Amino acid sequence: MSLDADAVKKIAYLARLKIDEADVPVYANNLSNIIDLVEQMNAVNTDGVVPMSHPLDAVQRLRDDVVTEINQREIFQAIAPKTEDGLYLVPQVIE
Amino acid sequence: MSYDTSKWEVVIGLEIHCQLATRSKIFSGASTAYGAEPNTQACAVDLALPGVLPVFNKEALRLAVKFGLAVEAEIGMRSVFDRKNYFYPDSPKAYQITQMDHPIVGKGHMDIELENGETKRIGITRAHLEEDAGKSMHGSYHGMTGIDLNRAGTPLIEIVSEPDMRSAKEAVAYMKKIHSLVRYIEISDGNMQEGSFRCDANVSVRPHGQKEFGTRAELKNINSFRFVEKAINIEIERQIDVIEDGGKVIQETRLYDADKNETRSMRSKEEANDYRYFPDPDLLPVVIDEAYIEQIRKELPELPEQKKQRYMAEYELSAYDAAVITTSRELAAYFETVAKECGDAKLSANWVTGELAARLNKEELEITESKVDAEAFAGLLKRIKDNTISGKIAKDVFEAMWQGEGSADQVIESKGLKQITDSSAIEAMVDEVIANNPAQFAELKGGKDKMMGFFVGQIMKASGGKANPGQVNQLMQKKLKD
Repeated sequence: MSLDADAVKKIAYLARLKIDEADVPVYANNLSNIIDLVEQMNAVNTDGVVPMSHPLDAVQRLRDDVVTEINQREIFQAIAPKTEDGLYLVPQVIE
Repeated sequence: MSYDTSKWEVVIGLEIHCQLATRSKIFSGASTAYGAEPNTQACAVDLALPGVLPVFNKEALRLAVKFGLAVEAEIGMRSVFDRKNYFYPDSPKAYQITQMDHPIVGKGHMDIELENGETKRIGITRAHLEEDAGKSMHGSYHGMTGIDLNRAGTPLIEIVSEPDMRSAKEAVAYMKKIHSLVRYIEISDGNMQEGSFRCDANVSVRPHGQKEFGTRAELKNINSFRFVEKAINIEIERQIDVIEDGGKVIQETRLYDADKNETRSMRSKEEANDYRYFPDPDLLPVVIDEAYIEQIRKELPELPEQKKQRYMAEYELSAYDAAVITTSRELAAYFETVAKECGDAKLSANWVTGELAARLNKEELEITESKVDAEAFAGLLKRIKDNTISGKIAKDVFEAMWQGEGSADQVIESKGLKQITDSSAIEAMVDEVIANNPAQFAELKGGKDKMMGFFVGQIMKASGGKANPGQVNQLMQKKLKD
């Protein structure tokens, strides 16, 4: 499978990465090579193999349902670019 | 509903988001209590500060499994958290932790009652654990948007149905059933105003007989039963108009505007609709065993459907009454106390679903806020049962009890409402009414049976409603034979 220029641009947009138009063919080629490498896996018979969802052979530890955090808003908001009325202010998003 | 149901078939599936009743968040130790000052319950994990790691809340898991068992679903013995990637300021990580391929709850089902009395089974595709996002506030911030992350990281289960519903009414019936269930099994407070229970509806239309589904639109974030019905119906009409005008419905996300009663496209979500899910490397697979599941199964209370069946068998209630009474656990408990105390389940059902329900409805009260408690209510029904008062007088007594005038016996006593059962007293009234209406009595004797109602009515009136109607009837029959 190979990625075309549009696919590369879409991926860049979804990840909010700014890329130069001139670099697009290079990215397309490099990414396609990676996908080709991964696709070699398709040749292997994986019937009955449980898909690996984590490289560690371990299971999730659980936390008791207890409130352990105190209000630290002032500390957190000290590093925020802009706050008001306890809210974080961000560039306007409108639906 | 103003579309042609003989021509068009509607297909609806719902995704219900239900907040789990935990004290702390799904992956952090911050509080989930509602109504706190903005961002005072958003900790470093919720804010996605560098270096933090999520740790899964034990209680969220237990509540999700409890739901799965209640809808007779397959439980995921090994479930996996995934990242759903998107950029939006209410989600500081730029992804939501959710479950994709291995959810905690698999295929299950929920039965709903249709208007014609039939039962229909709605398939539940899956229910998965995920975290909620924060809240955006628009306006009055110098052209910027304010973000409150208290909600971020609140545990949810998203309950996904099969596209099994065929009208807005069915969708509402299903949503109400799920709402009732989550409160029954105490996994959620189901508070819709506070956003603890809300749904997205996938709606499409197709001509009857067509096999393939039409293109669907997704209606986002509807948080009341009334809006679900209105939003779906207005969307159905829109889609039919588009098709009948020769157009094509496009797959998109739409927002319901209750003020304008219309749905409109949310274009901003379109381009980002590629979430690139992958397993979250910060979380390991969640593995549970049979013993754990059995433990939770034991904690399940009698479910609404089981209760309904029991009421029909044990108390001989109609399916309708049994369904109404079992919609909430508190109402069912109230009914059971009344039935036990007064010893007449059918009378109890009639009065609980009738007079009491109407009164609660009128004053927008929950059963737990009733001004007449179950014992006092049973006291009233006892007096109907032992003929101290008629059903009609009982309504007045109930009204007085509601106004805080005391128990049924106190009200009956102080207002002198006791039914007259002394037959000589009633006979005197019967004789008087006959004497005052000789012409009508002659007609009755001559075979005009309709006159009977007139006489019973007059005698009841003369007694101030306190005569026993059965006794009045008997005495009149006797007078006719004399």
